[in-house]
Amino acid sequence: MPSPSSAWRPPGGGSSLPGTMSLELRGIRKRYGPVRACDGVDLRLEAGAIHGLLGENGAGKSTLMKVLSGFISPDAGEVVLDGRAVPLGSTRAAIRAGIGMLHQDPLVFLPFTVLDNFLLGSGRRVSRRVAARDLERVSGEFGFHFDPDAPVRSLTVGERQQLEITRLLWLGARVLILDEPTTGISAVQQERLFATLRALAAKGMIVAFVSHKLEEVEALCTRVSVMRRGRVVGEAALPCPTEELVGLMFGRVLTPPPREAAAVGDTVLELERMSPGERGAAGEHDLTARAGEVIGLAGLEGSGQRPFLRACAGLVRPAAGRIRVGGRDLTAAHYRDFLAAGVHFLPAGRLEEGLIGGLTITEHFVLTDRGKRGITVDWPAAEADAARRIEDNLIVGRPGSTAGELSGGNQQRLLLAMMPPGLRLLLMEHPTRGLDLESADWVWRRLTERARQGTAIVFASADLDELLRYSDRILVFFAGKVLKEVEAAMVDGEELGYLIGGKERP
Amino acid sequence: MKPRRLLSGLLPLATALAFGALLLFSVDAPPLEALRLIYRGALGSAGGLSSTLMAWVPLVLAAAGLVITFAAGLWNIGIEGQIVMGAIAATAVARLVEAPSALLLPLMFLAGLAGGLLWGLLVGSLRVFGRVNEIFGGLGLDFVATGLVVYLVIGPWKRAGSASTSGTDLFAREAWLPTTGRFTASYVALAVAAAAVILVYLLMRGTHFGLRLRALGANSRSAFLMGITTNRHLLGAFAICGALAGLGGALHASGFHHKLVPAVSGGYGFLGILVVLLAGFRAAWIAPIALFFAVISVGSTQLQLTLQLDSALGGVLQGVLVLFTLLAGGWQLRRSYRRRRLTQEEG
Repeated sequence: MPSPSSAWRPPGGGSSLPGTMSLELRGIRKRYGPVRACDGVDLRLEAGAIHGLLGENGAGKSTLMKVLSGFISPDAGEVVLDGRAVPLGSTRAAIRAGIGMLHQDPLVFLPFTVLDNFLLGSGRRVSRRVAARDLERVSGEFGFHFDPDAPVRSLTVGERQQLEITRLLWLGARVLILDEPTTGISAVQQERLFATLRALAAKGMIVAFVSHKLEEVEALCTRVSVMRRGRVVGEAALPCPTEELVGLMFGRVLTPPPREAAAVGDTVLELERMSPGERGAAGEHDLTARAGEVIGLAGLEGSGQRPFLRACAGLVRPAAGRIRVGGRDLTAAHYRDFLAAGVHFLPAGRLEEGLIGGLTITEHFVLTDRGKRGITVDWPAAEADAARRIEDNLIVGRPGSTAGELSGGNQQRLLLAMMPPGLRLLLMEHPTRGLDLESADWVWRRLTERARQGTAIVFASADLDELLRYSDRILVFFAGKVLKEVEAAMVDGEELGYLIGGKERP
Repeated sequence: MKPRRLLSGLLPLATALAFGALLLFSVDAPPLEALRLIYRGALGSAGGLSSTLMAWVPLVLAAAGLVITFAAGLWNIGIEGQIVMGAIAATAVARLVEAPSALLLPLMFLAGLAGGLLWGLLVGSLRVFGRVNEIFGGLGLDFVATGLVVYLVIGPWKRAGSASTSGTDLFAREAWLPTTGRFTASYVALAVAAAAVILVYLLMRGTHFGLRLRALGANSRSAFLMGITTNRHLLGAFAICGALAGLGGALHASGFHHKLVPAVSGGYGFLGILVVLLAGFRAAWIAPIALFFAVISVGSTQLQLTLQLDSALGGVLQGVLVLFTLLAGGWQLRRSYRRRRLTQEEG
């Protein structure tokens, strides 16, 4: 049993020589309900390399890494480190085997001190004095400095990461997983983080770097695997041409058929230096949307589309600037005023923010019918009305089916069927996510019909094909701001892919 | 499927009875004899039956109110305080107003409604405007109400001569609920309680308000996005629940104690929570289940008189029954979840 103070040794100094350790994931499967987050992933990571894992949000990167670090247990598959199987589904077992993960938001206890956080969960019986000495020694090797008695609340996100890394190394991590570590840290701290990771790799550790930012992966990693829809779709040694990576990430994008130009009408939405008052939204937006116009919001998830749409819907009050709908200033108005002005918002989480799982289809229609008022509900009439609307909207379900029982496609059809007629502005997040082609096609036929009747549509999507096919204009979001506004007819999938990754096509 | 459902309904009852029998064995009491005593004590005589029905009134009113707050996703732990405030308000009217029964009693009912309503609204306002969870706010206000009633009983409203925690002076005869013959349960109280249960049933089943409350309780985020005024509906739920509980307090003070006593709530608020849990939050079931609970509560006092057992045993039996029912419910949920998962894997 090594004494605690000598517990951290340069990786590779143990059972294997530098550069010979390897980590293998074999056939990892994990599903959440109908969603296959990981669909049989095989991945091999070598020591001494920084391995990038690239992919859109929802591609399965985080799930895969959480399986690796024992945070969630997979439905099938195994993890083999140095020829030995790692017990799955326990973070304790994973860290004992030498696998440590730095989460997107460092998992620290804010009111506690640096030393408390360092010791928490370590399971080690060491005195605080010894622990403080270890903290100083391990952190000193990477040029980190901590006051052991400072509350973690006073540390920046970057410093909290450094503390987590120090802690994981002290616990004997030989494999370090970092999930989107550059979110919310400064450029200086990012440089220091990258230097640390390079030093660790040089010592023979395995470093896995999860990101959806092309530039970072290109700057840091020596190898990269690209995930899409729960599978690894390609691997490459870096440096390699950017377009190859873009192609791997988004797949082949078909050039869409030319869209008939919409008859564009009066101004519906005006944004004037509007900046959404929410985390992750950095930019100021100026935008004018006209009746019948379809505007697509491109960009990786978390690039600012969500706060942008929520501000336009009246759910978040903007931190600065003005919002006008149909000529009326709604900057400081309530959500209900937006509803009254003909604004409708369809969020991504259908069962979280749109439907009510335990209520029936009939009840949903009764709740959202704004025309009929009164004290009592005429249930027989409501059922008949629901049956008619179910038929009109091709929903597979009965008036008495609960929203929770419906499939994703039918939930989306129900949401569309619940929309009041004659809307001014329709805001949507991922209108066809998780739908099969036929359902997606149906959804867009309905939406195009609405646009023709004079509704302005603003939608966020991760599907380049969808953006190119249905938008008139596309706003490309990157790092909280609109990087570029393009006419949909003037770009192709490849150029859009570059822009989403924060680059111009060379 | 049908017999299976029946079985799953009876299973918790059987388990609770078996557990209760074990409990009785452990204190050397014959279980069948105990059951007979409970039955006889609660229903065997005109006096027992009257007590049982008068316990049923505040219990079923509290449960009816709780059906509404539960529907909106709220834990109205403050219900005890709302019962107490209703009783205090009714007592104030009884002491201050001199009028014939036909005028005084409706005034007392209205006062009870108002007292409970305000106390309920206070919990709701703390939650809506002060971001105080209704469980903590309600619990705190329960203590305040209990403190207030004790203060009144031994202070300003003390009995002529000597202050005592046994209660105030008896109300004037005009403030007593009318009864018939030897039967001391008041038909007025029973009618009011029954009407309240029916109203709540209709409210939850047939009105837009009830539907919106259910939407709010099931998913407040979606409900808000649909344009439902969430705060107003939460306050409404608290107001109605408080009013019904306050009415229960007023009826109990006027019809059972005929005075204000410190324990006027009688624990019926908390017991009402158990009734609603056992009823699966459905208004249609609360009347019979509340009656069953009233029988156990009143009947178990017989255990004390005849077998020298503590009457708290009745409460233990009620608690065990609810616990096993909830356990059975959770177990079924787990099973159906697993079944669905399995069929999904196959499909």
